[in-house]
Amino acid sequence: MIKKLFLLAIVFLVYACSSSTDDSSGGGDNDNFDREAVLINVADNIVIPALEDLSQKLVTLKADKDAFVATPDQTNLDALRSSWLSAYEVWQYVEMFNIGKAEEILYSFQMNIYPVSVADVEDNINSGSYDLTHVNNNDAVGFPTVDYLLYGIAADDDAILVKYEDVKYLNYLSDVINQMDTLTDEVLNDWTTSYRATFIASTSNTASSAYNKLVNDFIFYYEKGLRANKIGTPAGNFSTDPLPDRVEAFYNNEISKTLALEALTAVEDFFNGKAYNGTAIGESYATHLESLDNSALQALINTQFNGAREKINELDNSFSNQISVDNTKMTEAYDALQLNVVAIKVDMLQAFNVSVDYVDADGD
Amino acid sequence: MKKQITKYLDKKASSASLAIFRIGFGLMMCFSIIRFWSKGWIETLYITPTFHFKYFGFEWVKDLGEYTYMLFLICGVSAFLIALGYVYRAAIVVFFLSFTYIELIDKTTYLNHYYFVSIASFLLIFLPANTYFSLDAVKRKKEYLYIPKWNIDAIKLLLGIVYFYAGLAKLNSDWLFKAMPLKIWLPSKYDIPILGTTLMQENWFHYVMSWSGMLYDLCIPFLLLYKKTRNVAFILVVIFHLFTRLLFPIGMFPYIMIVGSIIFFDASLHIKILNYLSKTFNPFKQKWDLVTKKQTVVKPFKKSALYMVVLFFVFQLVFPWRYLVYPGELFWTEEGYRFSWRVMLMEKMGVANFKIVDAKTKKFFYVDNSDFLTPLQEKQMAFQPDFILEYAHFLGNHFTKQGHKNVQVFVDSYVALNGRLSQPFIDKTVDLYQEKESFKHKKWILSFNHEIKGL
Repeated sequence: MIKKLFLLAIVFLVYACSSSTDDSSGGGDNDNFDREAVLINVADNIVIPALEDLSQKLVTLKADKDAFVATPDQTNLDALRSSWLSAYEVWQYVEMFNIGKAEEILYSFQMNIYPVSVADVEDNINSGSYDLTHVNNNDAVGFPTVDYLLYGIAADDDAILVKYEDVKYLNYLSDVINQMDTLTDEVLNDWTTSYRATFIASTSNTASSAYNKLVNDFIFYYEKGLRANKIGTPAGNFSTDPLPDRVEAFYNNEISKTLALEALTAVEDFFNGKAYNGTAIGESYATHLESLDNSALQALINTQFNGAREKINELDNSFSNQISVDNTKMTEAYDALQLNVVAIKVDMLQAFNVSVDYVDADGD
Repeated sequence: MKKQITKYLDKKASSASLAIFRIGFGLMMCFSIIRFWSKGWIETLYITPTFHFKYFGFEWVKDLGEYTYMLFLICGVSAFLIALGYVYRAAIVVFFLSFTYIELIDKTTYLNHYYFVSIASFLLIFLPANTYFSLDAVKRKKEYLYIPKWNIDAIKLLLGIVYFYAGLAKLNSDWLFKAMPLKIWLPSKYDIPILGTTLMQENWFHYVMSWSGMLYDLCIPFLLLYKKTRNVAFILVVIFHLFTRLLFPIGMFPYIMIVGSIIFFDASLHIKILNYLSKTFNPFKQKWDLVTKKQTVVKPFKKSALYMVVLFFVFQLVFPWRYLVYPGELFWTEEGYRFSWRVMLMEKMGVANFKIVDAKTKKFFYVDNSDFLTPLQEKQMAFQPDFILEYAHFLGNHFTKQGHKNVQVFVDSYVALNGRLSQPFIDKTVDLYQEKESFKHKKWILSFNHEIKGL
């Protein structure tokens, strides 16, 4: 009886192996994929170059700020604003890498929490004593606070320059920008001195490995940092009414689209392994999916990135204007971004079968 | 027929076999509770969540907040008392109730092996597991050397059902002809030394594992029953469970099954083990020796206990087949999926975005699930229709209470099953706040675009 069963099994087995080659939809049969190559590409061609660029942009920002502090006039204000914008654009390529030192010091929380808390900022300015690294000050530091200080503290430029006759404002502006520069250098230094080696070696399939954390960071950033914060929340997707004052760079009020498009390029390039400086393509999630015989999913994700880009391109440069004129365009852009949440969070994650970092319990 | 039944019921077996099972079960459970506690899961799974998913009909089971620790303490202590055989009847009842209560608090944590523990402890209530090698026997100064054979067979039958039904569940085209979900799971174990980058990546190995897993589950109860194959079978049990332990995060289950399978051996071995225990660990040895009234008569049993056990098995044999009365693909709808020994059968993931709409003004907003659910709860909710419905009602109630008017709850959800590309899961035009939970088929589950053949 038993012998017969085993014989039967072997017959089936041969049949199964010979007949199943054509219909393996997804979930490929070989995962000897070189994860380290992805991590090396990400570290050397994406994260570190982006951080270096950001660091340089912040040096310029700091210099322009010093000039403005020395002579707070319109010319210096314009220069300062323009270097703030350049740095803010580069920041979009850095925010998603909440890993290593950045995770440890809560880097992104100190760089880009918006909406800014005007009350906290004004309180800090008035009191003149503050700990900018304190968690309570996360919404009173970073790019959004500089946005407020450069565009929002008074009704027009003349009035803003009048405000800066008060040295307390100059001090706060200076401290916030210096802090951004210090934090960035700290994160960059850690990458170039020690973390790169740790990072590229950490390829195991465990909740704490760099490869798995990076997948989670990517998904989290796409869903929260890009989709929700930049578009969904201001468009009122999570509230009864739209919240136009929640857009990124609200006080500048004409670059929220630029920043969103930069962020979309950042996630798209990261997914495809495209270098930050230039057009070189390296190992990435896209090539990982290909190695799993899942190019269909890879193509789908890229198509949907393009779809989202088209929708965002239709929007006004100022999202807060767009919301008051025609909010449906905003929600359409949100829906277009949402499509890739499904493809990345469900399909890609299932294909990679990474251990997700948040679930700790037995299975069966 | 009747004669044969009476004859069977009169058969006797050594009490040692059941005593072994009792001790093993008690110790395993006690250790499980300690392990669960030390991992901090009481906090993260039962206390932290503000909302718990309930089994249909058990909505009245409330979480106890900080007192959940008390519940686990009671459960752990009663498990230890079971192992000692001290006030056994009370201990096993308390264990069954406390353990089952814990499981009923939140179905997010449903595992087949927790269900096994619940029903095994229920069965043990009706079996005289404390007649031998127990503190109860010491206290009574009397023990029975023999109990009715059906007492032992009941345990064997329960273990046999678990394996055999798990094997039947594997008779489907995904498991056998696509090697799914092992084809997804095994390659992801690439960091296991040696095997990780070799065997685990081989297509043929995925098929071998799928087929041998199925054959193992179907055959092992019989191989354990027959004396000739028993030793080999037990070695297989040990290898199989340790291998699954190595590959998957399945906690105590492998050990429970290994220890449980010892009951299939001859009583002579059980007696040997107990004698050994008695010599080495027994602090009550002297008292034990005083239990002189070792009887040769079989411990009489109550008819009511027998009827309960028969009823129990009728239920166990029939209940897993309830999925047959539901239309649609079982893996997709999961109607009748649980409590049926479908172990590690599918890789399923989803996302569910809930939309709260004011029916009059048509104004809407989306819900951030992390505001209400833990990551584990969100993960489980996203692909199980009954979770989605329950959560939709929770959201409806929550936002109505907050002052929102004419609340409707819709969900936009996608699910991927066994490596197929994700597809829409729930009809997003259906206001789930108006749908009621019942045992009826949920019509708002969209149909599965593929076919999985088999049982």
